[in-house]
Amino acid sequence: MTSEFRLTVRENLAKAEVRANFYRAMDGLMTRRLDQFPDKVELERLRTQSMAIRANALSKLPELLEQLEANLTRNGIQVHWAETTDQANQIVLGIMQQHNAQSIIKGKSMVSEEMGLNHFLEALGIEALESDLGEFIIQLDHEAPSHIIMPAIHKNRVQIAKLFHEKFPDIPYTEDVDELTQLARRILRDKFYAAPVGLSGVNFMVAETGTLCLVENEGNGRMSTTAPPVHIAVTGIEKVVESLSDVPPLLSILTRSATGQPITTYVNMISSPRKPGEKDGPEEVHLVLLDNGRSNIYSDPELLATLRCIRCGACINHCPVYVRIGGHSYGTVYPGPIGSILEPQKAGLDVHGELTQASTLCGACSEVCPVRIPIPSILNRLRYDGVRKDAANTNTVGSGKRRTLSEAATWKTWAWAATHPALYHTGSKLATRFKGMLPTNLGAWTSVRTAPKLAESTLHERLKALGVDHE
Amino acid sequence: MNMTQQKPDTLYFFGTCLIDLMYPQAGVSAIQLIQRAGVNVIFPPAQTCCGQPAWNSGYRDEARAVARAQIALFPKPIPIVIPSGSCAGMMKAHYPELFKGEADEAQALDVAGRVFELTEFLVDVLQIELQDLGAPIKVAVHTSCSARREMGVADKIESLLGQLSNVERVEHARKPECCGFGGTFAVKEPEISAAMVLDKTTHIRNAGVDRLVSQDGGCLMNISGAMEKQGNAIPSQHIAEFLWERTGGNAS
Repeated sequence: MTSEFRLTVRENLAKAEVRANFYRAMDGLMTRRLDQFPDKVELERLRTQSMAIRANALSKLPELLEQLEANLTRNGIQVHWAETTDQANQIVLGIMQQHNAQSIIKGKSMVSEEMGLNHFLEALGIEALESDLGEFIIQLDHEAPSHIIMPAIHKNRVQIAKLFHEKFPDIPYTEDVDELTQLARRILRDKFYAAPVGLSGVNFMVAETGTLCLVENEGNGRMSTTAPPVHIAVTGIEKVVESLSDVPPLLSILTRSATGQPITTYVNMISSPRKPGEKDGPEEVHLVLLDNGRSNIYSDPELLATLRCIRCGACINHCPVYVRIGGHSYGTVYPGPIGSILEPQKAGLDVHGELTQASTLCGACSEVCPVRIPIPSILNRLRYDGVRKDAANTNTVGSGKRRTLSEAATWKTWAWAATHPALYHTGSKLATRFKGMLPTNLGAWTSVRTAPKLAESTLHERLKALGVDHE
Repeated sequence: MNMTQQKPDTLYFFGTCLIDLMYPQAGVSAIQLIQRAGVNVIFPPAQTCCGQPAWNSGYRDEARAVARAQIALFPKPIPIVIPSGSCAGMMKAHYPELFKGEADEAQALDVAGRVFELTEFLVDVLQIELQDLGAPIKVAVHTSCSARREMGVADKIESLLGQLSNVERVEHARKPECCGFGGTFAVKEPEISAAMVLDKTTHIRNAGVDRLVSQDGGCLMNISGAMEKQGNAIPSQHIAEFLWERTGGNAS
């Protein structure tokens, strides 16, 4: 049976222009990252340090979240807890209703994508406007992000020029990137002045000081968090770190791994609403902390590593599967290797379990991960959880749901044969002798390859003749 | 680590199921290279498969049953040499996980600790010296992902070829990228696998080489199968067979 995922993949593999866009963009990102780490020893040291910072934070997650809440509250930032995305949406709506807000301007936030916030608000007649240029572009085209840090990376300049011309017919057609950017900037500038509420994501939350750290390149993050009278930050509970001193190493490896920048144009450290006497800044700051399956991931000592992620996207940029099928094929908020381990755990192996198969386990992702998440190992573990018989022994959602009788029987037969050497070797020998009778049409394999060619005789036979085969 | 290993008198050879059926000449050549360097080779005849296909499919009980039958075959404290980064990676990196908490965990760890990928063993332990007797030839190297990232031995095949005076190594675009085989991946996600191997063959063809060599039979089967289907295939060979031929070994 051809799954929905495979059908989408087929469709997207056929889009030559989109594939070329991904190829070009990912090549550039890989080169830029490499240029930022000329000293391999230093890179490996920084990866180990960053992994340790994140692992330390996760090891005391409950305590740090309590400390964070206390310090944020003391700083005047209001903290809200949401177990589900539904609850998170209701919290945002509640805050907006308190202020009679009919619109919200958004800086980039993948957690808000996870919540489906835009659709939720739009259904209630509330305008949710994306202010990150990439997000602005895909919002115009009613698309979802195809990448976690470069949401419109599947589009090239000409496609964007045509889109702008279609949506803003009064403005002359241009393919000039600066002009296109200025156009978006002019539209957004007025929105920033008028918006009653601004929303943002968070890169790191510092428990020790009650600080929200946010990196961005366009200044729209700073505008979203300072121009409107109310700022709502949304993020996942795992984004906490213990100390302020944890931030510099993480920032350094985050931006270099992500876009190959030594630092982003803007680094925002948000510690409180506007204080008396200050000339700008929001009057209210809220933080919505979303669980949405994270606590469940946290409960498994091996899968916990998933939560170390700092969302740099390097695994995505280096993935040979992602670069070919593109972000939209995954059918999830987070695509690529991180999506393939995170989404099946959040939604369940019965829902997104096939993503655990969408990898050759080549290891290109874990090789570049700034916090050393062993993505291939986690994929392997999730494949196991998907088909295991003792599903009750793991907390993974949808455990055992991918087990099929026919596949289980195949592996049982294989194991039986491979543990009966005499029989196994007779079988191998016979296969080489009667290879002319073996099928040459092996479906998917032979659609682009010839059938595997068996040798005239096996290694076992040849070594027996040479006298090498003894205990 | 393995780097400190002294040249042994005798070693075990694990031939792998793929080489057994499809590339037996590579297995024979690997053994002949080792024997020529003065080391005795034991090939326990009851060996079948390392268990990786089931392990990567999530069928751990089945993988463990097969792996258990293999670890019983290597009782002596001597190296186990494997002409495949993938199977070597399975034994070295994943047997410890697979046998964690099992009664025979210590035995599995002992086996894992003695595993060498072939090119790693030839370079680091045998410190083999090769004299090229072949005609000038241009080759492309495809290093398997498991040899490159799991075993960390990508430089070994390059250093072996570097000893051959008439062999010109030609780099191809996106060399470190996966060929799209991935074991059961090629069967479960055939569309993605096809797109990957198509790009790989294009890059290798663009390099203008006479031959493709690799330390892994799985990648060779995938890449050469695709080139043969396309027509006008560049001949490909396992590194062991190529080295043996270039240095005066006779095909047996």
